[in-house]
Amino acid sequence: MSSEKKLAVPHDLFPWKPAKEAGKAPQEKLIVGHAPHWHDGSTISAKNYNIMIAALPAVLFGISQYGAPALGVIAFATACAMIWELIMNLVMRKPTTIGDGSAAVTGLLLGMLMPASAPWWVIALGTALAIIVGKQIFGGIGFNPLNPPLLALAMLVMSFKGIFDFDEALRHYDLGFAMTYPLADLKFFGTSAIGKFSTGALLMGKQAGAVGSTFGLGLIAGGIYLMLRGHIRWEISLSFLAGVFITAWLFNVLGDPGEYAGPLFHLFTGYTLIAAFFLLPEDSSSPVNFIPMLLFGVLAGLMTVLIRNIGAYVDGIPFSILLMNLANPLLDKIRPKAIGKVVENA
Amino acid sequence: MIKRSFLGLAKPRLQYNLVPDSVQELPVPEKVVLMLEEPQNGGSGNGPKVGDSVKTGQRLSASPDGGEYVISSITGTVSDVAPYMGTFGKKCTAITIDAGGQDDWDDTFSKEPTLDTALKFFEYAPGNPSFKAFADPEKSIRTIVISGMDQDLLVTTNQSVVQNEAADIKNGVDALKKMTGVDRIVITVPENLVQQANATGADVKAVSATYPSGLPHMIMKDVLGEVVSAEDSVEDAGTVFMSAEAVASLGAAFETGQLRVTKIVTVVGKDGKTTNVKTRIGTPLKDVLQACNASLNDRDRLILGGPMTGVAAYSEELAVEPGTDGIVVQSESDSAQVTDYPCINCGECVRICPVKIPVNMLVRFLEGRFYEDARAMYDLDCCIECGLCSYVCVSRIPIFQYIKVGKYELGLIETAEAENE
Repeated sequence: MSSEKKLAVPHDLFPWKPAKEAGKAPQEKLIVGHAPHWHDGSTISAKNYNIMIAALPAVLFGISQYGAPALGVIAFATACAMIWELIMNLVMRKPTTIGDGSAAVTGLLLGMLMPASAPWWVIALGTALAIIVGKQIFGGIGFNPLNPPLLALAMLVMSFKGIFDFDEALRHYDLGFAMTYPLADLKFFGTSAIGKFSTGALLMGKQAGAVGSTFGLGLIAGGIYLMLRGHIRWEISLSFLAGVFITAWLFNVLGDPGEYAGPLFHLFTGYTLIAAFFLLPEDSSSPVNFIPMLLFGVLAGLMTVLIRNIGAYVDGIPFSILLMNLANPLLDKIRPKAIGKVVENA
Repeated sequence: MIKRSFLGLAKPRLQYNLVPDSVQELPVPEKVVLMLEEPQNGGSGNGPKVGDSVKTGQRLSASPDGGEYVISSITGTVSDVAPYMGTFGKKCTAITIDAGGQDDWDDTFSKEPTLDTALKFFEYAPGNPSFKAFADPEKSIRTIVISGMDQDLLVTTNQSVVQNEAADIKNGVDALKKMTGVDRIVITVPENLVQQANATGADVKAVSATYPSGLPHMIMKDVLGEVVSAEDSVEDAGTVFMSAEAVASLGAAFETGQLRVTKIVTVVGKDGKTTNVKTRIGTPLKDVLQACNASLNDRDRLILGGPMTGVAAYSEELAVEPGTDGIVVQSESDSAQVTDYPCINCGECVRICPVKIPVNMLVRFLEGRFYEDARAMYDLDCCIECGLCSYVCVSRIPIFQYIKVGKYELGLIETAEAENE
């Protein structure tokens, strides 16, 4: 009798319970899942919203300096990036991912890298490049080999020189301090032309530049917040700043001091700080092991100053970091031996 | 559930529960369900039948000399025998025994301390010890480690045994020495139990109170100073791990002449309240939860073991097994939910991994089902299965599950290859 029952339902949920009892007693429906049953509660959206919060001081300062056009650039870039992401989700028939904040961060950062006078079509094009070429064609979040906002910036800088020539772009603004782009002054006129920028003034954002990248103090505050909360890897940010500092200092000491500016000038001008805290530690395009992170940061800093001092471009940021992004998979092969790993005899 | 702290610069530290509750003894249940593993080499069909009457402590096996058996934990009548499939396709026979009156003890257990006795009577002892490694001619066991530290968080079963039953452990240590011929017996306990552990006669070593230092591989590395290579098991490296509860039940059996059939279980309710109960092996989870006033509702999770490595049960009809150290009830809002988001390469897992596996790369290979590459290039076999990578994953990838599936699939491939040779 009982063996017949078993043959009928060999793997019944409760094979050892008599059938009538199993049918009668309604069971609590339990949820099963694999261990671990605890999670530390972190989410991608929380991480991205924190990055946006950390960027706010610099963004608000930019808006207070350049007014409505700056607000327009930031808002339009963020919105555009999210719309491109949504369009790509629909086209590629993937789940909608704009809620995770990743596209918004990409748009926000790209907006922060643009001058307040950037025309709307450059923003629309730039965010499309960042989201579609930089991220979605590789498979979306987590798969981008290059930093999306920087890839877009590099393409835009090469395509539309005039728009990213800050002296030209911001010529109608008079904010009460020297409205020349410090790095351009350095490139074309040497250190004699940058005496007007005191380190304190640079740190307080008294310099011409992109909407969200001039307020050094705000960027540093945001960066410290992100590092302490563990949303970015401090190793990358700090080693990058060290790389910039050391390389600039070596140029300054060993080279012609009339041609090469001091390390602090390089730290607080151009895209250095926003790159250190918001662009370089982007997860997907940077290494995760300790030594690779340090190498990645230092080499990116070295490349940045090399391009600024002896390269063709005024600011080396997009290119130096994109180059290091390409080296990332190789760098990340430097890793500790797993405990217990058996090394085949070489 | 312990959340990430506001400041996330340092990696999270999960601390073991070091305060064992006093043990409350539950009444004998009306029925027990015992899971008899299917014998490796056939021979089934001669197992207990419906209507057989069994005594407490009686050995129930599919064949008279079969290696797999269960020890009846009550006196009564077999009311059902049915096939049951456990996790990862483990085939068992579920034997239900209805209780019938007072305990009537089976007297086949002899107090002769030999390996045969151990293999014949203690493989189903509470704490689930295994003596097979001692009988395996390919393994030379030099050390026995008694885990007085529980392996998973919240659970305090073995710590409470060290605290309350040091004398039984001492007898167990003596019996182990005689049965196995192994002289080096180490007991690992948290700092606060060193004094009690000193009375057991084993070599006392303190372990850190931070997860995962209670896991066997970590004890091998941190306490014994031996790294188990990825290709080997702990037994291959010459060490057998036994829980303090298993050794104590061994000692108690040689002292009293009766096999121990009760299991100490830490029950954790939804409110986080922990209770230690002593109950017969095979008691349905429902009875244990009722006795502890732990509520269980729809969509809750019922975890056998601890929160990091335990198995989620699908029904409260399942029973306490010899290895069930903890029963955790979790409401849906507290349970870890997984997503199918890709890895964003944030590196949290790489930094928390206690054996330095490049988890970010490993999970990419496992997701793509390149199990052999995952083993060859990204150290799949080094994993000690602590679950910390899944715990910290921002994308909430079920990394630990991928790892287990990977190992399981590789095991299937190896079995198939061995059969084809």
